[in-house]
Amino acid sequence: MGELLWLIPALPFAGALLLVLFGKRISRMLVSAIGVGSVGIAAAITLVLGIEFLSSRPDFIRQELWQWFDVAGFSPSIAFHLDALSMVFIFVITFVGFLIHIYSTEYMAEDTDYARFFACMNLFVGSMLMLVMADNLLLLYLGWEGVGLCSYLLIGFWYKEPANGYAARKAFIITRVGDTAMAIGLFMLFQHFGTLHIQTISTEAAQVWSVGNETAMIIALLLLGGAVGKSGQLPLQTWLPDAMAGPTPVSALIHAATMVTAGVYLIARMHVIFELSPVAMTAVAAIGAATLLIAGFAALTQHDIKRVLAYSTISQVGYMFLALGVGAWSAGVFHFMIHGFFKALLFLCAGAIILALHHEQDMRKMGGLSKKLPVVFYTFLIGAASLAAFPLVSAGFYSKDQILWLQLAGEKGNIWLYLAGLLGAFITSIYTFRMVFLTFFGEEKTHVGHKPTLAILVPLIILGVLSFAGGFIELPHNFGHVVLFSDFLSPVLPAVNVVEGLSQYEWMLQLLAAVVSLSGIFIAYLFYYKKPALIESLHRSEIAMALHRFWHSGWGFDQLYDTLFVRPYVYLSKLNKGDFIDSIYTFIAHITQGAHRLFSSTQTGVMRNYVAGIVVGAIMIITISLLL
Amino acid sequence: MILVWLIAILMAGGVLAWISGKVNRSLPRWIALGSVLAVFGLTLYLWLSNPAPVLGSAWLVQYNMPWIPQWGISFSLALDGLSLLLLLLTFFLGLLSVLISWREIQTKVAFFHLNLLWVLAGIAGVFLTMDLFLFYFFWEVMLIPMYFLIGIWGHENRRYAAAKFFLFTQASGLLMLLAILGLYFIHGNQTGLYTFSYFELLNTTLAPEAARLLMFGFLAAFLVKLPIVPFHSWLPDAHSQAPTAGSVILAGLLLKTGAYGLLRFVLPLFPTATVEFAPWAMLLGVIGILYGAMLAFSQTDLKRLVAYTSVSHMGFVILGVFAFNEWALQGVVMQMITHGLSTGALFIIAGFLYERLHTRDIRQMGGFWSTAPKMGFICLVFVMASLGLPGLGNFIAEFLTLVGSWQANNWLTVFATIGIVLATIYSLRIMQKIFLEEHKLKQALPDLNAREMLIAIPMVVLILWLGFYPQPFLDTAQPSIREQLQAYTGSAPEREQVAEVAGPETKTIEVVLGEKKPSPNIHISKTLNQ
Repeated sequence: MGELLWLIPALPFAGALLLVLFGKRISRMLVSAIGVGSVGIAAAITLVLGIEFLSSRPDFIRQELWQWFDVAGFSPSIAFHLDALSMVFIFVITFVGFLIHIYSTEYMAEDTDYARFFACMNLFVGSMLMLVMADNLLLLYLGWEGVGLCSYLLIGFWYKEPANGYAARKAFIITRVGDTAMAIGLFMLFQHFGTLHIQTISTEAAQVWSVGNETAMIIALLLLGGAVGKSGQLPLQTWLPDAMAGPTPVSALIHAATMVTAGVYLIARMHVIFELSPVAMTAVAAIGAATLLIAGFAALTQHDIKRVLAYSTISQVGYMFLALGVGAWSAGVFHFMIHGFFKALLFLCAGAIILALHHEQDMRKMGGLSKKLPVVFYTFLIGAASLAAFPLVSAGFYSKDQILWLQLAGEKGNIWLYLAGLLGAFITSIYTFRMVFLTFFGEEKTHVGHKPTLAILVPLIILGVLSFAGGFIELPHNFGHVVLFSDFLSPVLPAVNVVEGLSQYEWMLQLLAAVVSLSGIFIAYLFYYKKPALIESLHRSEIAMALHRFWHSGWGFDQLYDTLFVRPYVYLSKLNKGDFIDSIYTFIAHITQGAHRLFSSTQTGVMRNYVAGIVVGAIMIITISLLL
Repeated sequence: MILVWLIAILMAGGVLAWISGKVNRSLPRWIALGSVLAVFGLTLYLWLSNPAPVLGSAWLVQYNMPWIPQWGISFSLALDGLSLLLLLLTFFLGLLSVLISWREIQTKVAFFHLNLLWVLAGIAGVFLTMDLFLFYFFWEVMLIPMYFLIGIWGHENRRYAAAKFFLFTQASGLLMLLAILGLYFIHGNQTGLYTFSYFELLNTTLAPEAARLLMFGFLAAFLVKLPIVPFHSWLPDAHSQAPTAGSVILAGLLLKTGAYGLLRFVLPLFPTATVEFAPWAMLLGVIGILYGAMLAFSQTDLKRLVAYTSVSHMGFVILGVFAFNEWALQGVVMQMITHGLSTGALFIIAGFLYERLHTRDIRQMGGFWSTAPKMGFICLVFVMASLGLPGLGNFIAEFLTLVGSWQANNWLTVFATIGIVLATIYSLRIMQKIFLEEHKLKQALPDLNAREMLIAIPMVVLILWLGFYPQPFLDTAQPSIREQLQAYTGSAPEREQVAEVAGPETKTIEVVLGEKKPSPNIHISKTLNQ
């Protein structure tokens, strides 16, 4: 079955190529068929391979297509490596991607650039698949950059609006800052191992370096730089909230199936290097904790429904980093998968709302939609429950609970990380249900236009089921101890070392997490449904408003970077537009010309001037010779 | 003999095109097209036939004929993988240059094609010559027609640009001539063999002082041509004022002669002096990468913008050359090819736009994607190539260069890598200002026609090929790169010692050799027999 492996990324690429070449000339039906079909077949192949993989349980399947190049022993291949980790990622990418593609046929139906949209979406899925299937870091880098390109193309899809172009360039450039760090990390890895083949590096690194090795630390930190850029973590998170300038299915794709999870994948994939460096591990966890809090507070204050979701993604990926940072690899990947389901669901619901309300995204102008859009309401509720980790019946509860538990129980965890995670969970459930109450309850403020039909509703329902039931494949010890997911990943990702003697307290922590989640929901209910007057009173407070503005602007990061980097660079560049080095040469030319004029002016053609010159010269020479 | 044909066909074709202008206005175009096609076909045949190396070295084809035997000058041509690749690039871009001038050039058509073909002949000569006197000759042959191309068919400020181009290259070329003569006499003094032959001069042992001086003579010519900051300022003027074909040849080929010179002459001739100079050269490269990228960002003249991106990209070349390892040098060779294609393509797009709008000012452009999506797509591909997107050839070039330079110098490589971020910034600006946002013109911009697609599509296919399967190109270049690097893999210190020992003795040898003048002739007769 392994022979089919290459088809998984090749199909979306082929779809993109066909649409680029013939998209203008073929009917919309055919465009949809190619665009959706290519990802659909890739998903079907993934399913077949997945069943095969589960039944025969090989360590990995490798398929080499051709050798990319070979220069003095540096010989990366175009080759794919399928193991449990990439299997999980491929599954989420193709399936969630497929659902998003189906959804897009309705969402983008009116758009004039229908074919271009599907071409870019296919390319996006293809690049992401390349990223997670690559057997060497250079091919991974190809997918990595390809994802960056597609985000640029899709965020700026509606290119007539300069603001969209700005957001698109911002996404590409900021992620490229991280990529630069990663590239340097690759140079170092190559220097030490003479290859970029991931498996070779992983086995050799553990032998060559001992824990705490400085080179391993630098490399891990550089890779982390790349991960932070793509995954929208501190300090490179600023591109992600603006990325919602693209059409909503694009946001769903970026936030759930592709792009932002690339960083999580990279760290999980290179976990051997990270485990060798406690400093880098701490950095991963600390970045995760800081990011999830900062983004959580920022999400509290946004009015744009997609912006709330964007900040919630940053925050949730922060949880994944938190898990990875304490060595809870499979918990991080588990949360990635569950997050992929519910975040895609939430974005697609938001898209349905936006479409229904004539491209209105401001939650202050929404309300009372629970009656008008019932399916959207119920599925959104499932997604929101999962995001807010609603106890017992949401998938998000199980994935997030595992992360929180391991912050305390894991060997590398500590109480501060746990508290940050807990506080984050509290904020998450507030802003999530703030969103629910503002959009679906209260009075109707905008007329509902487009009612979603099957192409939108079916993906919502499927994702709703997954967001509800997906958590049951990995249950805590005291809930019957179902560990299908971490078992599946165990050949690739080592298990966490749990501190002895804590497991009897696990139920207390679960109870605490449940209370935190429920109280957050209750506060949202109080402020945004029951007693809106409480909000009014907050609005009158000067401090609260200042804080609101600060959080609303995403903690002022944009302004900071603007002053520190953007403006000085633009200023210096504009200042030197004429190239000051050139003026040195122009100066030489001017001197030559000046001298030319000076000497030519002595050529007057008048005899007495020349005679005077000769006399003066003669006197000077005689004087000098006499004096000497 | 095939090598002589390459140059002869171009020169004769040029003259023929010039004369035929009297008969018919479009005849020169067809003659030019025919002759470039012929030489391109020949070179392609050479590449595909995969000739076995002669003399057990990297050389594939050689040709030798005495020219001025009294002075040890011969008409000596030789082809190895490196020159083969560069010839392919030369004739490919030459072909495109003829095609893009089809409509653009309407005055003095015959004379234009004479100059075009002679520039190509000069470049081909530079890539083939193994006699330093002849090398200097061809170096000048490509200079003068280029001067005319800029000065006659250029844009509004063409005289200034042409004069500047001429002065910069000529002045630096004279320094190279001095260095060539210096090498000639030192070698003659040492061995009694007064010759300009590259292969003989390679064996010259030089005192460190002399090596340093001579190296700077060669460097002067090559670094100005490449160009390296702060000797780059002729380039933006020349590129922006030249007609499209001129810009393509300047960016795609003339700059590469500088890089070629570094690889072919500076590295093998002065192994110790270059090692000393390497950190400074790499520093200059990094400065060039960052400085060029920064200047490119603020330009409003499209061709000037692209010109500064060349300055930035050529920084990678010098960074790689002075890293002295195979990864970096393969990267440099790839960079020469891919930059030739990608920058050539951007200049061609600038030419397409100029033909339609009669301006190069990007402030007057915008929103062209809606009416010219094909042009937009082609531009997108090459903008991505210039920012080093994996999957396109430029990525392979830059990544290999950086991997190689990392082995030589960590910090400079870090700064060079930052240059990739700056490349992203200016590259995306090109897309944004020209193709995105609202359509600014009243009438729709016509999309590419069939002739223009015929020019653009092969370039896209090539740059993708180079990105996904560059191995045929790397394989072709490999033997010659190993040869240029020979002096740096272990044997370098030995040569240094020899040079030191030989240093004081040179004077005595000089006296002895004063009496044995006829030796060059003996050597020439030897080569004739071969």
